Amino acid sequence: MSSSLTLLVVSGVLISAGVYLMMERSLTRILVGVLMAGNGVNLLFLVASGVPAGAPFIDTDRGRDISDPLPQAMVLTAIVITLGLTAFLLTMAYRSFQLHGHDEVADDVEDRQIVRLAEADLASASYDEDDKSMPSEDDSDPDPAEEGSAEQLAADQAERQQRDAAEDATDRIISGEGRPGS
Amino acid sequence: MNNLLPLPVLLPLLGAGLALVLGRHPRAQRVTSSTVLLAVVLVAATLVFLTDRYGPLVLWVGAWPEPLGVALVADRLSSLMLLVSSIVTFTVLVFSMGQGVEERKRETPISIYHPTFLVLSAGVSNAFLAGDLFNLFVGFEMLLFASYVLLTLGGTGERIRAGTTYVLVSVLSSLLFLIAIACIYAACGTVNLAQLSLRLPELDPDVQLILQLVLLTVFSIKAAVFPLSAWLPDSYPTAPAPVTAVFAGLLTKVGVYAIIRTQTLLFGDSPLSGLLMWAALATMIIGILGAIAQSEIKRMLSFTLVSHIGYMIFGVSLASEAGFAGAIFYTAHHITIQTTLFLVTGLIERRGGSTSLNDLGGLAALSPVLGVLFFVPAMNLAGIPPFSGFIGKVGLLEAGVQNGGALAYALVIGGVITSLLTLYAMAKVWNRAFWRAVPESTPAGNPLVVRRRSILLPRGMVVTSAFLVLVGVGITFVAGPLYGYADRAATDMLSGLPYVQAVLPAGVR
Repeated sequence: MSSSLTLLVVSGVLISAGVYLMMERSLTRILVGVLMAGNGVNLLFLVASGVPAGAPFIDTDRGRDISDPLPQAMVLTAIVITLGLTAFLLTMAYRSFQLHGHDEVADDVEDRQIVRLAEADLASASYDEDDKSMPSEDDSDPDPAEEGSAEQLAADQAERQQRDAAEDATDRIISGEGRPGS
Repeated sequence: MNNLLPLPVLLPLLGAGLALVLGRHPRAQRVTSSTVLLAVVLVAATLVFLTDRYGPLVLWVGAWPEPLGVALVADRLSSLMLLVSSIVTFTVLVFSMGQGVEERKRETPISIYHPTFLVLSAGVSNAFLAGDLFNLFVGFEMLLFASYVLLTLGGTGERIRAGTTYVLVSVLSSLLFLIAIACIYAACGTVNLAQLSLRLPELDPDVQLILQLVLLTVFSIKAAVFPLSAWLPDSYPTAPAPVTAVFAGLLTKVGVYAIIRTQTLLFGDSPLSGLLMWAALATMIIGILGAIAQSEIKRMLSFTLVSHIGYMIFGVSLASEAGFAGAIFYTAHHITIQTTLFLVTGLIERRGGSTSLNDLGGLAALSPVLGVLFFVPAMNLAGIPPFSGFIGKVGLLEAGVQNGGALAYALVIGGVITSLLTLYAMAKVWNRAFWRAVPESTPAGNPLVVRRRSILLPRGMVVTSAFLVLVGVGITFVAGPLYGYADRAATDMLSGLPYVQAVLPAGVR
């Protein structure tokens, strides 16, 4: 089977550009990345369909070869799916903008908390290693770094509480019935 | 009888349309969706009976000449998965309807939940019944789209955050899947699984290896196998309890099903057995270590979910009849148990006001029923002898010993350790949430809801959770026939012949 080099190269460029964009934090850029990669993959199907020939309609071939219609049907399905996905991602980006004023993908709250705990551990371990002498007792200055991390932990805690409250409010939604105010 | 095949896909889709139209009539909507799902359970049960007795059922949709159209195939494996998943979806739907009337009137309702749930069910059925790779992809997309909506239900900040990660990971895996399909079509000129099982072995071994690796990566993302599992514990816990429950039960298992299907049918004598064994070992151990570190019950359960996917991959990686039989039995068991545990966690959240182990306490005294509902599936998950978790694990361990390789023994040891650590994690939940005295104050500083004795759990929710607990226990009672069924399914798949002969007309390749 011979295939078009141009199609392959274009598809490769589109997919790599798309993947590069997907590594951004902003949802709109990610969306553009998804679209580009999606189109690159669609081109790959055209490569898979082999040498192009006549349009695959009944009674139009008149003895000529026709293109393989199956990959075209698959590409159509894939395009429709990408369309739906685009709509959904746009909605999510907009909602994120409504809630936070930006559309950046955030880290997991609990993950951040664990990372901070680990950092706090590292600090104390290095302290023991470097300094073999006993800490003097009148040195009652609290470690500023430790204090900072405690504050951060408290902030995380607050964030989690807020999240729990929001969950409570929406959990009942799923019963999916009853009209408000009726 | 072949005409039964499209019903598990068609009925929920039609039901979804109807439920959307009936959005203003909640009662009618509830009746529609539960009737539809109950019908799917019945159809699936019939399919299990028919395929076990008469062999695989095939329907070529659209009456095209035979190797051209789209084939729906039900063999022993897919109909068993269909039955278990439909029972679970039906129960979870009834669970989510079990809220008090007062509560419903107070809160802002949305009518989108039922239709989306039905589309999810249709997607899962389609993935199980798909007879070609592209239809499998469509099934995956249906269930993924429904899951995007369900995961971001209500659009709160936390859910949007979790949803973003989930959607992006899923999109990436879908793109990879499309690339795999395009490559396979270019190489073989077909996407029909039965035809591929004849044409793929004729390819150059290196090309085969590439195709197999891409497909394995795709399905491993969906199934949350270790290096590709980080998205799961991050996104599942934020969704409402019934949604998390059905995701945990079904979505990853569809990935496992796809791995089993492609590993047996398309890549029969695979050189990747060793790689899969390492992946299984890492999934089990790292998953369960993650679970132990958590203090949120939902997150902990998400990690045990990842860890127990390792058991199924363990069975698959052995590539023997006993291994596949164990994996199938374990999948059926795990769908039920993991869903039950997440539903019960939903009840814990209602009763105790939190799912954090730091805030909970004294639940066993306050609500003994809840204690029983949690304890039985928790022990089942850990694999305590009378329960089905034990039977599934013993089957897998036996298969591992039968294999006899050094890596297989490492997996056996890893499996036992994982089982013990699961018991440890479950005991931690039990000790802190159920047995210890109610803590004086919580780190978060909010007064405990737990002290109020007036909170009653909605009866509908308790009854449906109890039903699932009983189904889980019931697997022990039918373990003999079920394991026999899994054995027969494994034999079928390893030989591959019954499937191919049923799907393709004689002489077609």
